[in-house]
Amino acid sequence: MSDKVKFTIDGKECTGKKGQLLVDAATENGVYIPVLCHWKDVEPAASCRICTVRVNGNYITACTTTVEEGSTVENDTPEIRDMRKTIVEMLFVEGNHFCPSCEKSGDCDLQALGYLYQMMVPRFPYAFENREIQASSPKIFLDKNRCIFCKRCIRMIKDDQDRNYFAFKGRGNHLEITIDEKLAAGMTEEQAQRAMEICPVGAILRKEVGFITPIGKRKYDKVPIGSDIESQNKKGGEK
Amino acid sequence: MAQKITIEPVTRIEGHGKVTVHLDDNMNVDQTRLHIVEFRGFERFIQGRPYWEAPVHVQRLCGICPVSHHLAAAKALDVIVGAGTGEGLTPTGEKMRRLMHYGQIFQSHSLHFFHLCSPDFLFGYDADPEKRNVVGVVNEFPELATQAVMMRKYGQEVINYTAGKKIHGTGAIPGGINKNLPVEERDLLLKGDDPLNADKMIEYAEGGLAVFKDIYSKNKDFIDNFAHFPSNHMSLVRKDGALDLYHGLLRAVDKDGKKILHDIDYQEYHKYIEEEVRSWSYMKFPYLREYGTDKGWYRVGPLARLNTVDFIPTPKAQAEFEKFKAHTEGKPNNHCLHTHWARLIETLHAAEMIKELLQDPDLQKDDLVTKGTKGNEGVGLIEAPRGTLFHHYKINENDQVSMCNLIVSTTNNNEPMNQSVNFVAKNMMSGQPVITEPMKNAVEIAIRAYDPCLSCATHALGKMPLEISMYGPRGEKLDNYRS
Repeated sequence: MSDKVKFTIDGKECTGKKGQLLVDAATENGVYIPVLCHWKDVEPAASCRICTVRVNGNYITACTTTVEEGSTVENDTPEIRDMRKTIVEMLFVEGNHFCPSCEKSGDCDLQALGYLYQMMVPRFPYAFENREIQASSPKIFLDKNRCIFCKRCIRMIKDDQDRNYFAFKGRGNHLEITIDEKLAAGMTEEQAQRAMEICPVGAILRKEVGFITPIGKRKYDKVPIGSDIESQNKKGGEK
Repeated sequence: MAQKITIEPVTRIEGHGKVTVHLDDNMNVDQTRLHIVEFRGFERFIQGRPYWEAPVHVQRLCGICPVSHHLAAAKALDVIVGAGTGEGLTPTGEKMRRLMHYGQIFQSHSLHFFHLCSPDFLFGYDADPEKRNVVGVVNEFPELATQAVMMRKYGQEVINYTAGKKIHGTGAIPGGINKNLPVEERDLLLKGDDPLNADKMIEYAEGGLAVFKDIYSKNKDFIDNFAHFPSNHMSLVRKDGALDLYHGLLRAVDKDGKKILHDIDYQEYHKYIEEEVRSWSYMKFPYLREYGTDKGWYRVGPLARLNTVDFIPTPKAQAEFEKFKAHTEGKPNNHCLHTHWARLIETLHAAEMIKELLQDPDLQKDDLVTKGTKGNEGVGLIEAPRGTLFHHYKINENDQVSMCNLIVSTTNNNEPMNQSVNFVAKNMMSGQPVITEPMKNAVEIAIRAYDPCLSCATHALGKMPLEISMYGPRGEKLDNYRS
């Protein structure tokens, strides 16, 4: 029996594998579903909700849902775009995202989604959080005011004994990202670079190498977020 | 009856400020003050931030000459990362920064003279204000206006290719630069389609200078005698005494040209310069410590620079410099409105420097950053379009900025600007039965000569304009003027 699954996203016929996460299957079919917390092959966190789609009429996160035969997925509809824009706006006002002097500007997924969904003005009041900056680690500058609680760093950046460098502390409104300073003292340059790259915002910065990429060569300087996935779609169509 | 006149806002300057003119019972000017009323904050905002963020963060205090702040901060951080004090960078790092800076000087000087000040000279300070503005220049001198726009555009393009953006780029990083200049970008700047190429910009700069000289020949008395008072002058100079707007030693001369600050290393500026706080302005009053507040104040900017340097290291600007110096027989020039003359000579120098740098193959090399033994404190000075700009940072053991002190060009010119408005108010308003709009504009012309950037001077965030007010001897507000 074939493990192939057929389904549609916004009317486009797609194919996935049985048990495959919808967000990954969409990517393979050249359909962009935005993510902030998801990372392929890493256990889902479903914390950002930006990948919310409608599957057979029900709202659900594409990073926790597997593809099902014959299912109908709505992804890029005006209603869902507006919901995603709302999520982006809430993430912006909840933290302190000062793009003009942030070194992740141009490489930041949250900023790129702000542009993609044409976020013009904040519709929600700023929370004006003033969380601690944790800078005592030799390789990482952790700006907690920019963290969107995606847990990518917690799930993905570990030492050779599988110990976490990053963790959450506090609960509810007081939840914040933190770094194990003792463990992080042994972090390699490569791990620090990886931590900065997977952070979808500017919360994790590698020390002393800021602004090394010139404007014009940053990830989203010339193309919007998701265009790499959608260009596969076009190539597929050309075949 | 005694009066107090307020001119608020003062227009055609960068920033928000006002002037108050106090008249006594005989309608004579008693005292005139330039008040800077904006909020000051960047020195505080940057505390706690990672030091490498400073050149990008602090430049946001200005939209006119952010490059100056960007580079001054980067120079201070060069010291912190052990890359030396302005001379330790790789040739590509230093020359890319110089190119960025001369692009900035070129566009800012062009903006100031042609867009902001030329209406006062082309139409006369007492012309109808409806015509005495940049739109009037466009209507009556379209060719000149077009050249001015192209000069500004060219300068902005130079910044774009060196900093990554025309405004608020990221090119300079601690220890160097984050990009070189590919051949195709160099060729666009060096030999782009007319008029956007280096030779045409030199031609336009010479044309601008000719315009000023023509105006001067027809209005010699007015220009010579307007806010003419002696002062000290300060600027960076190259080790050999040449004009160098990017790096050098700090020199000051008195009104007669005698050196009173002897080419010092600016890392020790705080030993020589103090800042005084006065209750009526958010802008401090710097002075040379050795000479005190009364005798130690100084001018910075184009006029001061041409008074402190020995020569200009590009041929066309040097020829003009010699004529400029001959006018005062080699002594410092203390004519306030000759600042425009000096500014246009510097504009020509910037255009020549841009061409010279663009022909340098070091700009295409890949060795961009230098680092050495890290320290915890650094000072960066640069000659911004408006004058000497100081950035001073300290960092803690976690790489966070713990202290930031900025003395911007306009702050350095605070006392001279107050002296100038006082001079003009006394000469044009004292004893007059009616204070007219041209008299008030004359006060503004005195301020404009310094090309002040009041948002820089107070490190403000927000909107600008400037006003003039009149008060009686008992402090009652009698008149307010928003031009």
